[in-house]
Amino acid sequence: MLEGLLIGLQTALSVQNLLMVIGGCLIGTFIGMLPGLGPMSIIAIMIPVAISMGDPSAALILLAGVYYGAIFGGSTSSILLNAPGVAGTVASSFDGYPMAKQGKAGKALTIAAIASFAGGTIGALLLMIFAPMLSSVALLFHSAEYFALMVVGLSAIAAFAGTGQVAKAMMMTVLGLIMATVGEGALFNLPRFTMGVMDLQSGFGFITLAMAMFALPEALFLVLKPKTTQGGGDGKIKDLRITRSEARAIAPVIGRQSLQGFFIGVLPGAGATIASFLGYAVERNIATKEEQEEFGKGSIKGLAAPETANNAACTGSFVPLLTLGIPGSGTTAILLGALIALNVSPGPRLMIDEPQIFWAVIMSMFIGNLVLLILNLPLIPYIAKVLSIPRNYLIPFILFFTLMGAYIGQNNATELLLLVGFGICATALKFADYPLAPLLIGFILGGMLENNFARSMQLYDGIGFIWERPMTLGLLVIAAILVVLPSYRARRARARAAGVADGD
Amino acid sequence: MALDRWIALILLGICLTYGYTAWFTMDGSLAPFMKRNPIWPSTFPKVLSVLGIIASLIILLGLEKSETKVGEIDYRRLGDYHLGQAVLLLALMVAYALCLRPLGFLGSTGAFLILGSFILGERKWHVMVPVSVLTAVVVWYLVQQVLGIYMRPLPGVIGG
Repeated sequence: MLEGLLIGLQTALSVQNLLMVIGGCLIGTFIGMLPGLGPMSIIAIMIPVAISMGDPSAALILLAGVYYGAIFGGSTSSILLNAPGVAGTVASSFDGYPMAKQGKAGKALTIAAIASFAGGTIGALLLMIFAPMLSSVALLFHSAEYFALMVVGLSAIAAFAGTGQVAKAMMMTVLGLIMATVGEGALFNLPRFTMGVMDLQSGFGFITLAMAMFALPEALFLVLKPKTTQGGGDGKIKDLRITRSEARAIAPVIGRQSLQGFFIGVLPGAGATIASFLGYAVERNIATKEEQEEFGKGSIKGLAAPETANNAACTGSFVPLLTLGIPGSGTTAILLGALIALNVSPGPRLMIDEPQIFWAVIMSMFIGNLVLLILNLPLIPYIAKVLSIPRNYLIPFILFFTLMGAYIGQNNATELLLLVGFGICATALKFADYPLAPLLIGFILGGMLENNFARSMQLYDGIGFIWERPMTLGLLVIAAILVVLPSYRARRARARAAGVADGD
Repeated sequence: MALDRWIALILLGICLTYGYTAWFTMDGSLAPFMKRNPIWPSTFPKVLSVLGIIASLIILLGLEKSETKVGEIDYRRLGDYHLGQAVLLLALMVAYALCLRPLGFLGSTGAFLILGSFILGERKWHVMVPVSVLTAVVVWYLVQQVLGIYMRPLPGVIGG
């Protein structure tokens, strides 16, 4: 491990990669601050740049920096404007915005920055401990277990979608898998489902799909419904200091939420958003009576909890990506797509075959968090000016960068028409409350899922691998339970409620 | 019928077509030696089509009860929002896709950015035009010179 750390440090501390971290964090903060553009859109827009650099470590370092930067920027607009740029920072506005209204915007930003820093750093430490452990277990897996593990991941994503949504999330996952089968698969060298269209021979472009699923609908929503925002307090950000007693009050919160957030982030389907809401709820419940009164009115604990948790969860979501090659969230799915485009296959072999990538990413997480704390925090009053860019300029630029992203990847104007078409479909799906992240995750995992399935079918000459390998069977049973359980519980709860209503 | 169920109906249609292809027409062109293989190119799609049909039927028939909640935008009152602007911008994007090759990158991008902000209601030409042209030139420079991806800058007629 020490050797790995040194390799990682050496790679991460090269001038180029340091610039990548700093650049990524700054870009992420800038764009993450804009309401309506989440980390997924930002990373999708940055992917062509990252891919054309050609160096996988640098690309992953850049994209990871953008990811933290976006979360950090999102919390800034949550606090200053009550307009979260990112879903994972909605909970930060509960107490951050009241603080800003009381004229304590500077203090709120400092607390957010310190909490994010601690959450991210502790998360990276935990990642360093757990990822090698998990990946040594994962080395024992065969393709049958991989297949089962991916099924578990996909079902977990559907299961976490919430009551009344499981079927929709499942539908979207299956649709993503269906879209992944279009084109020529590596396994059979036969074009499938291309309907005779030449452009579909190589399948749908992953960047085009990512842009169409996230960046375009978000931009269209901004057009349809301009967000009304009002600044908090007098708009000036001053007095960034916090007192010693405040630091003492938030320290235990940060400790607890780093752990909790990290482990929530590791679970597939539960990411920064769930971690931050849960963190807020848990801290409110265990606070003393007087402190509970404060929550929602500008409590420093109420701000520190979601900020720590969402950053720790972001780091946690890298565990399944780096060790199993299975993304648990939309953002890590996009990162996986970028890695595959760069000819790196994440998974348990990553640590053995290309340790410099694995360790450099972890090291750059520490550096990235430090950059956010010492570079971005003092700059925040200036960066916040980006919030005053008029929407009339902002939206055409977002649309233009979406188009550019899809175009640069393929150098093909047909791709742009596909982008607009898929974007319209995605917007309609978003209207009808269908979750879009499962579609992209399904699309990215589709190829690997089928390959592992096919390999196990060939090895066992049929479907027998499911009952001949107990671990595979166990994992598939877990997947089935995950899908069925939420609707069963909802049904029982409804039956009970109905019983009460009709009770004699 | 609510929008989500209409969409489920469309998705059901897609899954049925996909399933029909996978179950009945795809295997016809399979080479004889591949038929001895335990897995065919159509095996996985067959499984997917069944899962897709089940999921879309659950949504379509409303088997999974959910409270109807209004999202960020209520599509039933779509006319209340800036629908015209959104449609115009989409049309502009299609036009951009069609013009990019014939008109060259610099011209189409400049026009796209200017028209985009015009559609959104901007009328300050002295800001719009310089900002858009500058962006087009800077992005072209970055993509062509720094990233090394060729993009035709000027209309093909002039030989760009």
